[in-house]
Amino acid sequence: MPRRVETELLEPERYELHEPTPYKFEVNRREFIEIVGAGLLITTAGAVVLTKDGYAQGGPSRGAEGTLAARLHIGEDGAITVMTGKVEVGQGSRTQLTQAAAEELRVPVGQVRLIMADTQLVPDDGATAGSRTTPSTVPAVRRACVAARDVLVAAAAKQWSVANDVIEVRDGEAVDQVGARRLSYADLAKSPGLTPAYAAALPGDVTLTPVKDWKVLGTSVAKVAGRDVVTGTHDYPSDIKRPGMLYGAVLRAPSYGAKLVSVDLGPTEKMEGVTAVRDGGFVGCSALTSWAAKAAVDAIAKTANWETSPHPSSSELFSVLKNTAVMGSETRRAPRERTTGSLAEGLAAAEKSLQATYEVAYIQHVPMEPRAAVAEWAGGQLTVWTGTQRPNGVQEQLADAFQLSVQNVRVIVPDTGGGFGGKHTGEVAIEAARLAREAGRPVSLRWSRQEEFMWAYFRPAGYFELEAGLGRDGSLLAWDFANYNSGRAALESPYRIPHTRTRFIYCNSPLREGSYRGIAATANNFVRESFMDELATAAGKDPLTFRLSNLDNSRLRDVLEAAATQFRFAERLKERKAGRGVGIAGGTEKGSYVAACVDVSTDRERGTIRVNEICMAYECGAIQNPNNLRAQIEGSIIQGLGGGLTEEIRFENGKLLNGRMAQYDVPRFKNVPTIEVVTLNRTDLPSVGAGETPIIAVAPAIANAVFDATGVRIRSMPIRGEALMKA
Amino acid sequence: MAVVIRLTVNDEQHEVRTDPYRPLLDVLREDLQLTGTKYGCGEGQCRACTVLLDGKPVTSCRTPATNAAGKTIVTVEGLAANGDLHPVQEAFLEKQAMQCGYCVPGMILTTVGLLEQNPHPSDEQIVEWMNGNLCRCCAYPNILLAVRQAAAKSNPTEIAEAHDAKTR
Repeated sequence: MPRRVETELLEPERYELHEPTPYKFEVNRREFIEIVGAGLLITTAGAVVLTKDGYAQGGPSRGAEGTLAARLHIGEDGAITVMTGKVEVGQGSRTQLTQAAAEELRVPVGQVRLIMADTQLVPDDGATAGSRTTPSTVPAVRRACVAARDVLVAAAAKQWSVANDVIEVRDGEAVDQVGARRLSYADLAKSPGLTPAYAAALPGDVTLTPVKDWKVLGTSVAKVAGRDVVTGTHDYPSDIKRPGMLYGAVLRAPSYGAKLVSVDLGPTEKMEGVTAVRDGGFVGCSALTSWAAKAAVDAIAKTANWETSPHPSSSELFSVLKNTAVMGSETRRAPRERTTGSLAEGLAAAEKSLQATYEVAYIQHVPMEPRAAVAEWAGGQLTVWTGTQRPNGVQEQLADAFQLSVQNVRVIVPDTGGGFGGKHTGEVAIEAARLAREAGRPVSLRWSRQEEFMWAYFRPAGYFELEAGLGRDGSLLAWDFANYNSGRAALESPYRIPHTRTRFIYCNSPLREGSYRGIAATANNFVRESFMDELATAAGKDPLTFRLSNLDNSRLRDVLEAAATQFRFAERLKERKAGRGVGIAGGTEKGSYVAACVDVSTDRERGTIRVNEICMAYECGAIQNPNNLRAQIEGSIIQGLGGGLTEEIRFENGKLLNGRMAQYDVPRFKNVPTIEVVTLNRTDLPSVGAGETPIIAVAPAIANAVFDATGVRIRSMPIRGEALMKA
Repeated sequence: MAVVIRLTVNDEQHEVRTDPYRPLLDVLREDLQLTGTKYGCGEGQCRACTVLLDGKPVTSCRTPATNAAGKTIVTVEGLAANGDLHPVQEAFLEKQAMQCGYCVPGMILTTVGLLEQNPHPSDEQIVEWMNGNLCRCCAYPNILLAVRQAAAKSNPTEIAEAHDAKTR
């Protein structure tokens, strides 16, 4: 399994990682000298950069190695600071990692403080992506905390001249057998002579607390810093204030692909407090207020000449993808293909075969907080506070854009207003830094909602071609699945099929693409689980029986059965009410297993689909925080209704047709159905992440319920209600 | 071009020199450093920027600063008194009605505005009233629980009195 997870980890970043830094600025001589000088300083003081040593790059094992000192600091007051490169974007990583540390240190949750995603202070734990915090970073933090606890035990044993194993640690203190002698973490911090192991490399063989003994993990610890959220005192990236700080705005092209031919900064010269800069294709202003910065950019925009280029429109999207498919001439982007058995043989032996094509639109993440950054220069050193899921990636982008060494760039990620895979890149950080360098003062830059819609990246669109063959008894014999452009996550079918061909085919996407919650698993699972329903109908079986009869994987069977039982799927499938229908879908991705049953109402005359009820069963190994898990499942379900039913990016002539909040339909309170969540707590299995995978079962279950209600199979995501009017 | 306006924000008087069309949101965040009020869309479509203007929830991103002149404004920073949370804040915290939390200040003030004019809203009235507020983490179920809990604490006068009594 680890091998497979590793492959999946790389998948979400496929699009971002190869994208060049959006700007590369000229370095002037004065700055060059400053940079070299500072760089030497940093080199001399290299030991302070704890984070760079001992951490393997490029794999999920990042953060597993290193010294205790890089991960943990114990104050003389007993306060324990744990350091991690992960970020908090609403998924609950701060709380979960705090729990993990408290569990292994045997201290109350309140005694642990977490420093997250400050490149100068914390280890590089990789991107906050791919649901890796739970399976990778939680164990890394736990190992360090066990090691720290062992240091405490060893110190106590030494001081009391007893064996380690008669000492127990509870409530932050080592206690001897009779409870007569105590040694706390604070005592330890005050006695440096007791802690030779602290600077040494972490031992590899520490034993984590088994699930049955968990006291803090496995409980619903409330969101750390929740009080700051309700009082409005938590500083998100867009809330960071620095002395003398200005506000920025950036000139944007009128359409995709437009090149700036000429522009006149003259109109800003008489504007009070405004600094304007043009550097290659970059033009922006800083001013005392964001209003003034925007006014300055608007004045410049009137003088700008752009050279536009043709750009495809969303109405022709799927033929564009198909026509630009890379079928093997380029080695780097050759189709990825996996086969089992012989597809031709399987299809030839089939009693029945079925073909279909499916489409999946681009959608946007629409995090509540758009991209934001505050940049500040001191000498040749740059500090940027920004909302990103890849702090070290953004640090590298900044270093590249300004031709600095990474040691001279510090990226700090305050807990951020939503990510959903949409904040892996550093555009806003680079722009804020360029404005700040020009102004000689810190600059805060926050993208407008329209900028976020147009210039952030999108979840990839996809086009799919499928063919499958069924045996006389309704068993799956052959399976041919081709995904154009949308990505490889959950590409493989979890069902038992002897003859398969599964392909992912690269295309030239008209829009900029990147990660999204669940990435391509949502598209692949929508297509697969919709087509499974088509096959069930062809086989003359009900959707649940058909799936179970073609499925060996016991974990997926368990969630399908749990959801179906709770929802009374079999009984409700037989009930017939006008316009009402039920559907089921399952799936697995990133080590989690999910199944959903939904109940929909349809109105064919009006072309509407309403989800009344959804019941989801979910299994992600041993549950670490039940309430947060439930919140992630509920959030995924409702967010999934958007991509499932209403969200799609439309564009024409290089412009978005619906790039405003009023035009782009995301789920609101009125869309919330009755939700039932069944979690299967497999305490015998390792915990895996759950922030993404619940979303993959939502759309196909809806499409299947719409078919049950109307007999109409809608082969597109979003599942557009208008399709019912035409059918 | 610039005008001087007087604002009463969270019981404090302020005199602000500003362009008259500048959004109240910018004045609160940039001039008064009250960053608890959030920008979400600039279109009045997500209501992350909700504040109370003379007791009524408004989208501060679409409210020109001059429209607030001489009026009383309450932001999320003005709800808790002497460290004691407002009952609506308490309800949001108790029900864990937040994921990233960015929409929460707007949600809380919209709820305070609801209970001000309708102390005993039905579930349908709550959904109708709150529907303008977006949460992209889709923490709606817990937010609804929080609003219901706050509403269950009966009428706003009682809430206000209980709050005052606690903070005294």
